[in-house]
Amino acid sequence: MALQLNRPLIATAIVAISAVISPTVATAETSIVIGLQQEPTSLDPTADATASIDGMLAQNVYESLTTVNEAGEVKPQLAESWTVSDDGLTYVFDLVDGATFHDGTGFDAEDVVFSFNRAMAEDSVNPTKKLFKPIESVSAADAGTIEIKLKQRDAFFLFNMAQGDASIVAPESVETNNATPVGTGPFKYKSWTRGDKLVLTKNADHRNAGSVSLDRVEFKFISDAAASSAALLSEEIDAFPGFPAPELLPQFDADPRFNVVVGSTEGEVILAMNNSKPPFNDVRVRKAISHAFDREEIIEGAMYGSAVPIGSFYPPHGPAYVDLTGTYPHDTGKAKALFEEAGVANSTMTLRVPPFPYATRSAEIIQAQLAEAGIDAKVENVEWGFWIDEIYKKKNYDMTIIAHTSPNDLSNFARGPKYFYGYDDANYNDLWARISREADPEARNGLLKEAQKYLADQAVHGFLFQLPQLGVYKTGVDGFWPSRAVLFQPLAGVTVN
Amino acid sequence: MGYFFLRRTISFILTLFVVSAVVFAVMNILPGDPALTILGLDATEDALAALREELSLNDPVMLRYVHWVWDALRGDFGISHSFRVPVADLVVERLPLTISLAFSGMPLTIIQALALGISAAANHRKAGDWGVMFLSQLGIAVPAFWLSILLVLLFAVKLRWLPPGGFPGWSEPLAAVRALILPTVALALVQSAVLARVTRSSALEVMRLDYVRTARAMGFSNQRVLWRHVLPNALIPIVTIVGLQFAALVTGTIVIENVFYLPGLGRLIFQSIANRDLPSVQALIMLFAAIVVTANFIVDLLYLVIDPRLKTRS
Repeated sequence: MALQLNRPLIATAIVAISAVISPTVATAETSIVIGLQQEPTSLDPTADATASIDGMLAQNVYESLTTVNEAGEVKPQLAESWTVSDDGLTYVFDLVDGATFHDGTGFDAEDVVFSFNRAMAEDSVNPTKKLFKPIESVSAADAGTIEIKLKQRDAFFLFNMAQGDASIVAPESVETNNATPVGTGPFKYKSWTRGDKLVLTKNADHRNAGSVSLDRVEFKFISDAAASSAALLSEEIDAFPGFPAPELLPQFDADPRFNVVVGSTEGEVILAMNNSKPPFNDVRVRKAISHAFDREEIIEGAMYGSAVPIGSFYPPHGPAYVDLTGTYPHDTGKAKALFEEAGVANSTMTLRVPPFPYATRSAEIIQAQLAEAGIDAKVENVEWGFWIDEIYKKKNYDMTIIAHTSPNDLSNFARGPKYFYGYDDANYNDLWARISREADPEARNGLLKEAQKYLADQAVHGFLFQLPQLGVYKTGVDGFWPSRAVLFQPLAGVTVN
Repeated sequence: MGYFFLRRTISFILTLFVVSAVVFAVMNILPGDPALTILGLDATEDALAALREELSLNDPVMLRYVHWVWDALRGDFGISHSFRVPVADLVVERLPLTISLAFSGMPLTIIQALALGISAAANHRKAGDWGVMFLSQLGIAVPAFWLSILLVLLFAVKLRWLPPGGFPGWSEPLAAVRALILPTVALALVQSAVLARVTRSSALEVMRLDYVRTARAMGFSNQRVLWRHVLPNALIPIVTIVGLQFAALVTGTIVIENVFYLPGLGRLIFQSIANRDLPSVQALIMLFAAIVVTANFIVDLLYLVIDPRLKTRS
């Protein structure tokens, strides 16, 4: 029964084994494989809030009336030009000619009216419906012109209309956008293997197709940090714009095959305090906490040095930024004195954190720093669903750590006591109302600075740092924005050498 | 035999009912709102309310459970809250991968474990035995995901022989097989550790018995005694453990699929729980329960095959 030494058999075996372990041959078209941490469950940005939908499809598959460039400036897209009335309440948009949806249907003003009405409807499930709140009416003056009337002036209107939530969709295809997205963009949806990858191909019929260099884009979903690292190192993926683990960056820095780009996002990481719950309604307690923690230590320990500190609720790369990090310098003695004065010295507080590394790591460091100031802070790590229910909805918390990633979100502080901050200040509400009506950018920036100072003076929350955008790219890959002022990343300008 | 099957089928159905009720209860008690998870923190109240209507989250719990059972009995497992496609489609899409993983992991586990276990028993109190004991101890102690990462670092990053993860689809069979090699090995290495120990102790038990001594006395070679007399009689405890391990293997895919980013059922159930996607979680846990019960049923049948004496008793 013994196997005879059969030469042909061995040869076949060797060929079979080497065929299995040899890598597959690459194709000739220009393609790129992009790694992404979070896979969305729907591909319709107007019905689901997941940031990665915008990150992949907004401005690539879908287009909006306007767009925003790397510097955050509003630029034309489906609207090639517009005029604004003197009172700031009427916008007239001239739409581009010859745009078509990927299923062949033509694009015209009717599609814009449809998209807006759908987003503003009573039963609309648009996640950022508030962007549309200032709109009074949307109408088509003719097939190539749209007129939008606002109820009140809105300084951010054109910026907001560039977001993925305001993508223009067609009535013929909207029902299935969650699985097979149809838009007017420079890339077409090809396929989606849930749990594995999403593939886009170049839209040859797009009006700007000549300047798009990529033929094929593949998004690979890898949630585990070690696995993303392995995928990059084994050259399975070419770019990872939202790399999750700052501690793994040094090995990519040292490797000539890769470029590491650390940019900024719109995400302010804050130590939120429940302003409606004693003792946090006492400004002395909030100021004490602000003196007790040390931003540099937190950034070093939680983010391995790759984040920028903030002193108020505005990104350092923004046009109206004022550096308020010195408002409450790290001073344990002062913190102790203020705690004494407020009568909470040596008391216990809870810090409930969601399961994000920036939050859990910062929590441990802040706990130690508060302990030095005499406060026993109990850290509770909670699950995301729990956080949404208990902290966000029921305001059942003392302190928590969270990042707010929407642009222009100073408005959060004007949302009233029902919002999870529990913050209610008439002065601030007035200030914000003035900001949202101010159309002149210079004046608006001045008011935004005032708002930042006000929040810092009131020590409404502990303002920690700006969430960095960590990108690892293969050398030769160009065109990815280092910083994210918005949720989307246009791929039309990306090149691969 | 007929009575045996009838009893088994009834207990199968009862088990599934109880599991479905427990899962439904737990998912509803757990804090977390599917609507908020889908629409995000910036959503307006009316958008949230509209979504909750759409997902029928406002109906009373008992009513929703009864609806669910009624639909499930007719094969309709509902629409996933997060993916908005029928749950049955999602499961069917991912089932082949997880099943392939489990079905290639199992034979590898069994072969490895039997070989190591029997040889350990044969070399009792000698170097071979201690070696296997040590290795199996390591295998039991080492977490599967850590071992997976090590395997990836060696075979994918350093040597570039195999991909670090992902699954290209069955349309490219060669690439698909390559993608499953490391996950299968990781799964099998850890599982075979436990099985090797059980094999070893079971074999040792049998080797002490009279008929083995008789076989040796009759002049049979060591090999023949081991494989034709010791192993078949040692199989009962081994098969029991294999049955239990099959369940562990299927649930072990949750970790493995996350580390190797494979689009299988394990990853789906993990995402669904985080998304509070009740229909998906419900259907998947029922599926896992069904697999475990079926595996144990097969084990019971195997007993009858291995040990003919049991047939007359049952």
